[in-house]
Amino acid sequence: MKMLINVAETVVADALRGMAAAHPELTVDVENRVIVRRDAPVAGKVGLVSGGGSGHEPLHGGFVGPGMLSAACPGEVFTSPVPDQMLRAAAAVDSGAGVLFIVKNYTGDVLNFDMAAELAEDEGIQIAKVLVNDDVAVTDSLYTAGRRGTGATLYVEKIAGAAAEEGQPLERVEALARQVNENSRSFGVALTACTTPAKGSPTFDLPAGELELGVGIHGEPGRERRAMMTSGEIADFAVNAVLEDLNPRNPVLLLVNGMGATPLLELYGFSAEVQRVLTERGVAVARTLVGNYVTSLDMAGASVTLCEIDEELLRLYDAPVRTPGLRWGV
Amino acid sequence: MLHADFFRRWMTAAAASVEREAERLTALDSPIGDADHGSNLHRGFAAVVAVLEKDAPDTPGAVLVLAGRQLISTVGGASGPLYGTLLRRTGKALGDAVEVSEGQLADALRAGVDAVMTLGGAAPGDKTMIDALVPAVAALDESFTAARSAAEEGALATTPLQARKGRASYLGERSIGHQDPGATSAALLIAALADTAEHREATDA
Repeated sequence: MKMLINVAETVVADALRGMAAAHPELTVDVENRVIVRRDAPVAGKVGLVSGGGSGHEPLHGGFVGPGMLSAACPGEVFTSPVPDQMLRAAAAVDSGAGVLFIVKNYTGDVLNFDMAAELAEDEGIQIAKVLVNDDVAVTDSLYTAGRRGTGATLYVEKIAGAAAEEGQPLERVEALARQVNENSRSFGVALTACTTPAKGSPTFDLPAGELELGVGIHGEPGRERRAMMTSGEIADFAVNAVLEDLNPRNPVLLLVNGMGATPLLELYGFSAEVQRVLTERGVAVARTLVGNYVTSLDMAGASVTLCEIDEELLRLYDAPVRTPGLRWGV
Repeated sequence: MLHADFFRRWMTAAAASVEREAERLTALDSPIGDADHGSNLHRGFAAVVAVLEKDAPDTPGAVLVLAGRQLISTVGGASGPLYGTLLRRTGKALGDAVEVSEGQLADALRAGVDAVMTLGGAAPGDKTMIDALVPAVAALDESFTAARSAAEEGALATTPLQARKGRASYLGERSIGHQDPGATSAALLIAALADTAEHREATDA
């Protein structure tokens, strides 16, 4: 396996050095692994901190900036960050208005953010937390760690970020973040496994003629394996899985997300199929994003996320955002 | 009686064992997790050894509390908080005594394991580190050697189970047939404790 790296041990630090050089509008603490918007803390503004394992770029460091996250803490590849990073991030962005932790539902992320919240509260920082768990591939939470957080994370960070930018108070920003999560569902498929730098070989064995349905974003296998399908068949499967769980009566935001190794040529073609299924099912799409936003290193495949919106959520979604990975209205 | 030095040697032995077995732990984590359990624990225990060399606490409790804090600060994932809590809460239960009996250590470890179960919400049979730790602390009343065997048996017994906690739980029935990496590393930690105790007895004799 060939990778454009020096050694596996320094991939995260090397990437952060590159981010720092490319984005002088961010403060990148390479040693402590915290990415902060340069003007933080912004007076009167709620701070938004997210984080998780590295390998999902641009999530989360690529979503730091005006209109979205105040700070992000990247962990090792596919490993949640540690509480010390989260505490540093919270302290760097708290203006006294409090900090919202946006946490994807994975055991490691949840435990580390819980510990960080306790430490931050000991230091007098008011903390609220929202758990993102939009993945419909995980069904029965009695027998699992609960639904994973995947594509909806982008919507939570964007919409809560816009509300915070307007100066809305912590309770309101938290409530909006929860509403976005509750209105969102995702389903992902993998055409190949991914290869982590530390392991150097694919994390699971997926023969050429097969695909995994219902994958998460950490290279873990999905719920089910089938013979390779066409883009249209995958779109039918993924959208139907989402709509089994979400019955939108209002228009939706649509995210057709690449897992890292699928070219835009394929993603746009897949997006056309997804739009076709949504039209057939009578679901109106208000805004569409197509691209690699919540990735899994070099995994090929895609996920579909729908978020049912109202006027307020759409207004906040459309509000200006200026980050390395998402930018409009500015 | 056990002194701070015994606990430092336990942590050093655990670090050496995790380093030796890192590839195997990662290989176990590959089919049902995300293939980093070995490298994450290796990073954490190397940091524990480094901090204990720099800063030498003089009570058993302080050694374990410091080691636990270091794991929380360096491992990440679920293993960091879970192993960190195990050692921190065991250390806290030992208090600030300069020496502790084997019985006191058994009681303290039981308190540590209880804290891990509360934090992670896992019970025996969920295919997690708890499946090695719970039988180990039960057997500790008998001997360190019995605890090592119980932990190893507990880890092996996770193979036919379906995971209900952690990342492996997302696989549902497909998690069956794989030994749990967390139970395996927990058995290494208990084996390192037994090795340290046996080595001490050999030197004392």
